[in-house]
Amino acid sequence: MKLPFFRSPDGREGGGSADPTERRDESVLTPAPEAAGVMAGRVPEVKSPSAPAGPTKIAARDVSVFYGDKQALYDVSLDIPDKTVTAFIGPSGCGKSTFLRTMNRMNDTIQGCRVTGKILMDGQDINARSVDPVLLRAQVGMVFQKPNPFPKTIYENVAYGPRIHGLTTSKAELDGIVESSLKKAGLWDEVADRLHSPGTGLSGGQQQRLVIARAIAVNPEVILMDEPCSALDPIATARIEELIDELRERYCIVIVTHSMAQAARVSQRTAFFHMGRLVEHGNTEEIFTNPRERRTLDYITGRFG
Amino acid sequence: MTETGADKMWARLAAEDPARAARLQRGLKKRYAREGRFKLYGILAVSVAIGFLLLLLGRIIEQGHTAFYANQMTVQVYMDPARIDRAYPQGTNFQQMVAQQQLARLGETDDAQGTKATAYRLLISSELKFRAADLIRNDPSLIGRTVEITAPVSDEADLYYKGEITRETAAEQRRVSDEQMAWLDGLKRDGHVSTTFNAQLFTNGDSTEPELAGVLGAVVGSALMLLVTALIAIPLGVGAAVYLEEFSRKGRITDLIEVNINNLAAVPSIVYGLLGVALFINWMHLPRSSPLVGGLVLALMALPTIIIATRSALKAVPPSIREAALAMGASRTQTVFHHVLPLAMPGVMTGTIISMAHALGETAPLLLIGMVSFVPGIPGAIDEPAGALPSLVYIWENASERAFHERTAAAILVLLAFMIVMNAAAILLRRRFERRW
Ligand SMILES: Nc1ncnc2c1ncn2[C@@H]1O[C@H](COP(=O)(O)OP(=O)(O)OP(=O)(O)O)[C@@H](O)[C@H]1O
Ligand SMILES: [Mg+2]
Repeated sequence: MKLPFFRSPDGREGGGSADPTERRDESVLTPAPEAAGVMAGRVPEVKSPSAPAGPTKIAARDVSVFYGDKQALYDVSLDIPDKTVTAFIGPSGCGKSTFLRTMNRMNDTIQGCRVTGKILMDGQDINARSVDPVLLRAQVGMVFQKPNPFPKTIYENVAYGPRIHGLTTSKAELDGIVESSLKKAGLWDEVADRLHSPGTGLSGGQQQRLVIARAIAVNPEVILMDEPCSALDPIATARIEELIDELRERYCIVIVTHSMAQAARVSQRTAFFHMGRLVEHGNTEEIFTNPRERRTLDYITGRFG
Repeated sequence: MTETGADKMWARLAAEDPARAARLQRGLKKRYAREGRFKLYGILAVSVAIGFLLLLLGRIIEQGHTAFYANQMTVQVYMDPARIDRAYPQGTNFQQMVAQQQLARLGETDDAQGTKATAYRLLISSELKFRAADLIRNDPSLIGRTVEITAPVSDEADLYYKGEITRETAAEQRRVSDEQMAWLDGLKRDGHVSTTFNAQLFTNGDSTEPELAGVLGAVVGSALMLLVTALIAIPLGVGAAVYLEEFSRKGRITDLIEVNINNLAAVPSIVYGLLGVALFINWMHLPRSSPLVGGLVLALMALPTIIIATRSALKAVPPSIREAALAMGASRTQTVFHHVLPLAMPGVMTGTIISMAHALGETAPLLLIGMVSFVPGIPGAIDEPAGALPSLVYIWENASERAFHERTAAAILVLLAFMIVMNAAAILLRRRFERRW
């Protein structure tokens, strides 16, 4: 496999979570402690953000995005650490999805969209001419707000990525990837007996896990999730959050969410966007307990947004 | 009348605010009346449409059903060695010979010019001559013997047997004299006439003689022409639509192209015929009257329809599917051919079916490229002269022989059947492509 952007399989075990403290909640409906503190209206002391959790995977430098003449993102600079969940929060229309899409160059597919600035992944500029967006996207998987499985079978959905990138040489190998991806996405037990029925026949939560399985089937390094739980009920949301927490061990995960509780539960790092600008970023705990900016505080306490 | 829940509700509303209740009730009544009226219009419109369709079909069937059977006469033929040339049997005037023999059997005496024999001969189809000549060619020993031959009666005699010409028909409107009618009656009385399914209608090409004319040549011509049209218009049309919709950068040029395609779809078909003459016949020197040229012209005509239908089918595919594929690292081409096009396929098929059905029935351009000339026989290749079903309808309807007119209706029925078969096949195909998402 001669893909310039593919990581060697042994590389994936390196590193490890820099945030060993397990902060998973048993119940989804109870907000995380730190979020609960914020909800109560306490104004915490301002502390300086601690260093990034893992080695930097993606580094954005002065990234601006224009849709035609309209600027949607202003000079965003942000380091996204590996083996960590980074949450993007902010009011609707502030540019979270736009920034997310710069990281797998999905903005290329939008006519009239222009990205300036630099985005480095493992030190390499992903907007460089030598980088093929098709290969980039094989390493930067994306999960959308609305589950969008292909109108094909469950098996075909998961097998699609490995197939188009020629990752397997035999049917057995492909079967293995499908099974392990579905297992990693926590869907295997529910669909093992109906791999060849349509993926669109699954429930919303199952579909979302199916597209996550589809995304991890090509063994990406980064997974971008744009409000993956916004269409799901609390139980399905809890399953996805659990899954995100497990995936954190292997992948660099970026998640856009409108739920402060969710950001607090699943992420170790949080970035707050407002009106196309990155207002503040740091360790989730600190953002939620000790935001430096007034706007951040107002947003996470629900005073605007 | 029992008090229903709705009644109770109205009673409560009326008690609370009588004016509002009355207003609501009036409004509701109006809305229901409007709904009722709309339903009525709908039913009326559908009934009128069905009525016209039935009327049209009924008229065609009424006019055409007689063409599906034909009358045959069985005659004893003495293979007169004095008249048959062994080496060249088809040179013999068998009809005249048989007519004379028949007259002799009836004990009628003819004049020196053979007027009666000539009149009798006109009741016998030239098919008899071909059959007799064939018999002799296969077995020359038949000469000098008497053979029983069954052959169609002539078109005029057939019309008489079918009751379309009677003794009451004004003499100048019929070509069967009272004398001929008497002979025909005699043949029938003696059991020499049989009515059978008119297989020739389906196995023969066009002919100047109505009783021998068939639609097969036109069916084959139309099929070859549609084949050319489909092979050219479908890949080109779908390809162009996919390019315009999925690959090209939208801008002034694509807008201009779009407007032009919409305009082309509205250009009268006769103009395409002129273009075909200028381009394919005069410039490229492709053979006139051939299904190749016909198919090319119809392909030009079908292209805009296919492009427009395909584009709207592609537009209807949810963008989330494209995003999903692109985000998986599929290239644009893979996205289109693995996901978008299969999902758009039912819509593409619908557009294609409609344009092919139009192409099948199109007549005007065929007039210009010479596919309305008389072409006997059955075309064997796309560059041979051929007819087509709609032009056959045109030719037969304008023919002077009355017997062609019932065949016109039969040809229309065949054309409709062709169309139904084509549409049914396409709908079956489309079913296979239909997927839900
Ligand atoms: N395809 C597009 N064309 C033009 N403008 C766009 C496009 N996509 C986004 N925008 C604009 O860019 C700005 C940022 O949009 P974006 O989708 O990134 O917001 P968001 O933070 O993800 O919002 P939400 O939380 O509602 O999803 C908005 O003002 C939006 O109108
Ligand atoms: Mg968004």
